[in-house]
Amino acid sequence: MNRDSLLTQIGWFCAALGLALLLTVLVAWPAGAPPFETIYILFKGGVGSMSKIGRVLAGWVPLTLCAVGLLVPFTARLWNIGVEGQIIMGAIFCTAALRPYDDGGVLQIALAIGAAMLGGALWALLAGCLRVFGRVHEIFSGLGLNFVALGITLWLIFGPWKRPGVASMSGTEPLDISLWLPRIGSLSVSWVGLALAVVATIFVYILLYRTKWGLKMRAVGENPKAATLFSLGPRRRLLQAFMICGALAGLAGATQVLGVYHRLLPAISSNYGYTALLVGMMASFRLPLVPFICLFFAILNVGSIQLPLQLGLDSSLSGVIQGVMVLSLFIVQGLRLWLKQRKEVD
Amino acid sequence: MDTFGLTIAAILVAGAPLVLATLGETLTEKAGIINLSLDGSILLSAMAAFVVSVTFDNPWIGLLAGMATGAAIAGLLGIVGIYLGQSQFAVGFILTLLCRDLAYFLGHTYSRQPGPDLGIWSIPGIGTIPLIGPIFSTQSPVVYIAMLSIVTCWWWMYRTEGGMKLRAVGESPRAAFGRGIRVRLVRLYYCLAGGALVGMAGAAYSLAVKPGWGRPQGCEGAGWIALAIVIFGGWHPVRAALGAFFFAALQVSGIYLQELFPSIPAPVFQVAPFPMMILTLLAVNLGRMGWIQDIIRQHPLLKTFSKGWSIEAPAALGQSFDPKKGL
Repeated sequence: MNRDSLLTQIGWFCAALGLALLLTVLVAWPAGAPPFETIYILFKGGVGSMSKIGRVLAGWVPLTLCAVGLLVPFTARLWNIGVEGQIIMGAIFCTAALRPYDDGGVLQIALAIGAAMLGGALWALLAGCLRVFGRVHEIFSGLGLNFVALGITLWLIFGPWKRPGVASMSGTEPLDISLWLPRIGSLSVSWVGLALAVVATIFVYILLYRTKWGLKMRAVGENPKAATLFSLGPRRRLLQAFMICGALAGLAGATQVLGVYHRLLPAISSNYGYTALLVGMMASFRLPLVPFICLFFAILNVGSIQLPLQLGLDSSLSGVIQGVMVLSLFIVQGLRLWLKQRKEVD
Repeated sequence: MDTFGLTIAAILVAGAPLVLATLGETLTEKAGIINLSLDGSILLSAMAAFVVSVTFDNPWIGLLAGMATGAAIAGLLGIVGIYLGQSQFAVGFILTLLCRDLAYFLGHTYSRQPGPDLGIWSIPGIGTIPLIGPIFSTQSPVVYIAMLSIVTCWWWMYRTEGGMKLRAVGESPRAAFGRGIRVRLVRLYYCLAGGALVGMAGAAYSLAVKPGWGRPQGCEGAGWIALAIVIFGGWHPVRAALGAFFFAALQVSGIYLQELFPSIPAPVFQVAPFPMMILTLLAVNLGRMGWIQDIIRQHPLLKTFSKGWSIEAPAALGQSFDPKKGL
């Protein structure tokens, strides 16, 4: 099998983009979205000013953390759909760790980040144990645990951690400003968050492609039966993969609490867990592509906030575009395979 | 006694869409295709059914629109998964997320509008019969449709030639192909049929169980529960339907639990079905594990009892089949 040239690959990628654009226009036009104006508003809303770029980067941080984390279990061919719940658990643990403090500094923040990673890792471990010891498919355990984590958040916000006076969906009492992650100038993004995301990406790259652990992990993914025979300990490895992913998702939860919302609220995970799965599929789980797709998706998310204001459209269009793009990529890949097979038959 | 009847009636209504979705997915999975797009499909069909029934002022046209939507989504999954050889898991998952956002996006202008619903049917004269009377005297048509679907699905799968072909392509596509069955086409048909049932489930939500459309509609998550019930039901339509009613019963009892524990905030009960989903799957799967089966085999009583539980997943579930690779 000879590999296609770079030009052909780019050609197919453009075909996928074209199909995505066509499909998006097909669904969005009838809903009253003029195509060019909508795209213009989306991008102007995403990169139109420095403060918007700040918000894009603030969204890029948790998305990248989750997406690179997801590559670890996926290397073993595991779908960690529970990322969403792991973000939430991270946020809960982070808030719990900070509750005794009215003010603080680096030490308290570091403690909270550590707690968040632990929370995410434990929640992922639960899904992993259900898979390894209870044979519950990780899609169902992960998904179920997402809802359970949401339930715990709601219970905390309306119950033990409710604000003095009124309990509402707006969350717990805000953290003291001394516990916030330091921001870059007036932008809503913290350099700590950015640094954490970059470090996490490099960490996962080294872990998967430069260590023995990563090599064995790939072996487990390629052929679990053989891995058992060679005593690579697939079970232990699967649990480790889940925990690493969970810890990174928990870290994303911490950046949401410490850097973005400064409190625990029901929407703390902002759907980043599910979007990260789309990013992973869009990148065909190739790590170097992940940060860039995350950036693009973050721009769409921030830009779509303008849609209800300027066009009276629902902001879920960004999700539609993201989904359509990944789907188009799959369709085009499939078509390519189909054409190739037809050629071979001829 | 009346409260008992009303509780059963409530369980039947809450269970009807779950039954429809579960039957649809059972049909699809029996053919060897796994359709993970259920949750999004149900939501998008619910939206389509509501919007169409508002537009034409006729809920039955809305129901058909819901079915068509479900079938279209499943058809897309079928074509990409069966003919273009892409991962059914991945495509199904993308479709779930995509359809969910699409439903909110397209249904935006119809949010919280009044619209027609399917109303209630009552079989004449049934109201006077004790026990059954209160259950069926004022009942939604979707309950009758769901009941009819259970019988039809079972009959089709186990009593007709078509049903035999369906099971053949799911269990052993190569053997079926050798017998001259067009495996991929049959699979696509059941994708469409299953999708139509799933679409009907969506329509049942927005036209009967929780009439109306909004964000959230209230049926979010139902698709995932239905997917789990298919496993719980061991890919058998009747048992899957029983499982669906069992879950509906748990949901309805959740409302009573809320009255019993007023200190627990109401939103917490909305997520109650999901830990139950995990626990039931755990129970079902533990029963299929080797060491537990060994214990069962050693006890004659358990052995006879376990016969009904020994159904495994269709052997070719989730695997693609390429006729060019031959037998």
